[in-house]
Amino acid sequence: MGPKFAAGFCLVLSLGVAAAAANAAAIKPQDVVIRDAEVASSLTGSPGNPVEGSKWFKSRKLGNCLACHGNRDQIGEPFHGDIGPPLDGVADRYSEAELRAIMVNAKSVFGPETIMPGFYRILEGQRVREEFQGKPVLTAVQVEDVIAYLKTLKEE
Amino acid sequence: MTMTRTKIALLSASAAGLVMSGYAFALPEGVDTVQVTATAKDHPLGELYSGWHFRTPETQALQQDDFENPGFLWVEQGAELWETVDGSEQKSCASCHEDAADTMATAGAQMPKWNEALGKPVNLEQQINLCRSERMGAEPWKWESSELLSMTSFVRNQSRGKPVDVQIDGPMKPWFEKGEALYHTRVGQLDLACVNCHQNYYGQSIRADRLSQGQSNGFPTYRLKWQKIGSLHRRFKGCMDQVRAEPYKVGSDEFLALELYVNWRGQGLPVEAPAVRQ
Repeated sequence: MGPKFAAGFCLVLSLGVAAAAANAAAIKPQDVVIRDAEVASSLTGSPGNPVEGSKWFKSRKLGNCLACHGNRDQIGEPFHGDIGPPLDGVADRYSEAELRAIMVNAKSVFGPETIMPGFYRILEGQRVREEFQGKPVLTAVQVEDVIAYLKTLKEE
Repeated sequence: MTMTRTKIALLSASAAGLVMSGYAFALPEGVDTVQVTATAKDHPLGELYSGWHFRTPETQALQQDDFENPGFLWVEQGAELWETVDGSEQKSCASCHEDAADTMATAGAQMPKWNEALGKPVNLEQQINLCRSERMGAEPWKWESSELLSMTSFVRNQSRGKPVDVQIDGPMKPWFEKGEALYHTRVGQLDLACVNCHQNYYGQSIRADRLSQGQSNGFPTYRLKWQKIGSLHRRFKGCMDQVRAEPYKVGSDEFLALELYVNWRGQGLPVEAPAVRQ
């Protein structure tokens, strides 16, 4: 193992440890207060990483925002959904606190009929599959990463 | 059925289909439409579209011709099983029901039906297995087994082209209402009900998947994703898995109620079994 590889490995490891620590320190889904369609402060207490957020945005396993929303910034990715509005320029339309409220629980902003899932909620009593019970779709760190990425989506 | 007759029929059907439907490809073999206007009072949809409508031309083309349609492997196996003696009574389906083309001409369009003895509705899979256990003295087939899929495909194919026509009043009413409630109940970590996608967003895309109205008239359906034919209940399970919910069991009362309600949502659409889908 070369020193460069070892250093890279340690960096990845320390990032992973940092994310785990940030998630552990994060506010719990049931404690998040949404007021006037806003969640004012970061779920982790610190800003997210937009590069990571871009990954969750297109990941079919995690956020998969692209499943429903088009996004010119990721035009190289195949198959953008069109269930929700395109997110080009979304940072001009919503503040960070509003984006956070939508991410945490879209129903609190768009109303109970919206198709958009909440990504930082714990749902009970509705047949949540065992492996997902007691867990939000995204971790607090991932939600903040996606918000940080969304903040880069501005119209020219 | 000869190749020549089918090909000639196909050519004329193609021409008629092109003119009448406005689709790039001819209508699927055996049906005269893939779109009907809802007639039921209080129907939540105006126009009803077969899932065929939402598929790519390549997928549509696979269903256009029975010789190309891979679902016919199961229909053919079902035809053989229809004549096959099994069980302690030494009977086949044909022993009682004779020529399926006559006796099963509408059954596939009208299931689930009320079963007085059981005091509940039964769907086609369940009725086939009731015949096996009660009339033939044979073991019921497992859900999603090759045998049950084949027999279901064969029997429902006899009703191809007939409009879906399920009873929802009388003793069926509570089952219909249960199915309707399930259709509107959000489940799973992704917090979605059938209605959220298949009523409010059909025709639009979730990533590469174009949402249909979730109509059931093509089942059992050959899915390219499965590389085989599958039951409606298997498809229900797949949807529940995708929204990260714990699915009900195939053959459960919940899926039976949902089947009744979903069939009613497609009331009037011609049976297409075996359909081909993505």
